[in-house]
Amino acid sequence: MTGELSGILEHVDRIGKLDLEGVEPTSHVVALENVLRADEPRPSLAPEVALEQAPEPLDGAFRVPSPQADA
Amino acid sequence: MSDLLELTVAQAAAKIAAGEISPGEYFEAWRVAAAGDELNAYLWRIEEGNGYEVEDGPLKGIPVAVKDIFCTEGSPTTAGSRILEGYCPPYTATAVRRLDAAGARVLGKTNMDEFAMGSSNENSAYGPVLNPWDRSRVPGGSSGGSAAAVAAGLAPCAIGTDTGGSIRQPASLCGIVGLKPTYGAISRYGMIAFASSLDQCGPLTRDVTDAALLLAALQGRDPCDSTSVGIEGGILAPSREDLKGLRFGVPGELARDSFEPGVREVFEATLARIEGLGGEIAEVALPSAEHGISAYYVIAPAEASSNLARYDGVRYGQRSANAGDLLEMYENTRAEGFGAEVKRRIMLGTYALSSGYYEAYYGQAQKVRTRIAEDFTTAFAAVDFVVTPTSPSVAFGLGEKTDDPLSMYLNDFFTVPMSLAGIPAISIPAGLAEPEGGGPRLPVGFQIAAPAFAEQKLLEAAYALEQAVGFEARPGGEDG
Repeated sequence: MTGELSGILEHVDRIGKLDLEGVEPTSHVVALENVLRADEPRPSLAPEVALEQAPEPLDGAFRVPSPQADA
Repeated sequence: MSDLLELTVAQAAAKIAAGEISPGEYFEAWRVAAAGDELNAYLWRIEEGNGYEVEDGPLKGIPVAVKDIFCTEGSPTTAGSRILEGYCPPYTATAVRRLDAAGARVLGKTNMDEFAMGSSNENSAYGPVLNPWDRSRVPGGSSGGSAAAVAAGLAPCAIGTDTGGSIRQPASLCGIVGLKPTYGAISRYGMIAFASSLDQCGPLTRDVTDAALLLAALQGRDPCDSTSVGIEGGILAPSREDLKGLRFGVPGELARDSFEPGVREVFEATLARIEGLGGEIAEVALPSAEHGISAYYVIAPAEASSNLARYDGVRYGQRSANAGDLLEMYENTRAEGFGAEVKRRIMLGTYALSSGYYEAYYGQAQKVRTRIAEDFTTAFAAVDFVVTPTSPSVAFGLGEKTDDPLSMYLNDFFTVPMSLAGIPAISIPAGLAEPEGGGPRLPVGFQIAAPAFAEQKLLEAAYALEQAVGFEARPGGEDG
């Protein structure tokens, strides 16, 4: 994979040589204002639905291994 | 029964509306057809007896094959990845809900490159899709399952997603119509994210009229996706018969020896047809388009590396069974769950975003993106459309490019600039050509791009051209 990544980066490096001084970067193509809504509670997924796909649900939470193996 | 499968979606919808065929009978005919999939086009199919109760609407009773990147409540959604094997989302994507509301029903979920990363469908964790025209070749990607299903008569129509060509290129390689709408035309809510500033849903259909019919139902503003704006005035069935007064720009930078001789021949013949319909061919300049691939393969992996951070084995999807502690669980889950191409792009993306390289890669790529968008704006001041071949070659062989990711990426050369500019583009089948190296003739797509939100105009022109081309060839049939 190292060789493949080098090949790709070499190709991509071409844009590093372009003179783009003063060009505005584009992160998003549609001109939009940020949208805010009123901070009011509204229905969302029920806890049991949100937990249904969890690999290891436990007492209404997502169980994960301990951050330290021998803790 | 087989007569039902010959109808286009628009024809079937009209017959259902007139009471000439029942939606249940029509859906069942397609369910049986889909069950005969020998191409690995489907990852999941609806079972008998489901899907007949449908809403009244313009798509009443129409089965739709849905790319497995759209969340569908209660049925598996994998995005072609091992890490989402067995995942059943708790909600349905807005695009699918809009189809439902118009009377359509999901026929099945189609195979795809993992997380939509690929141009051949060979990056699916569930095996490649075969091209119905020649099963030793790829269908294109990443919406390869959707394209193959429609081309092979396993679905009347399909939806897919296009980030850098993932609807248009497989449509081209399978001989069908594929439309990438303007960014923002269709909600992305419930569409598993790859590169959020580029991803867009669109239809894959037998003809331009069906593409318009699906787009009409799919488009619209959605409160759940604040980047969705819809198409003002909606979409109507196209009916234009000529191209008089319309100007079609061919990029002057299009090095015509960079694509296969057969593709070049069909492309030139299609330009002549445009002139025959009264359209004018002009040369336009897209000087920055040649850097599209470089910019794309920085921006898309950068966004993907961030989007894919959510697959950590905690809340849904697969979790590694081999983990002593939390960090090991994250690492092993991702190492076991992601395929090689996804890992490659996550590494490229994190590298491009890393401190010290950010400006040289990501910052520079975003500026190239600005330049490409400006190129199109300048071009559209002089012409109505920009046209190119959709793909530099006809369908290539399975395994032919898997060892050389860069040559795979270069396949997207003609489709990536439109994605970066966010503008709509359609691929329509324009003829058949012999592959380089010989073999039976295969479909060639012709790409037409238009200014943002000019979908109606784009569909009208594509429709007029489609009638003149009269592409009747079918996989496994006689050359036509």
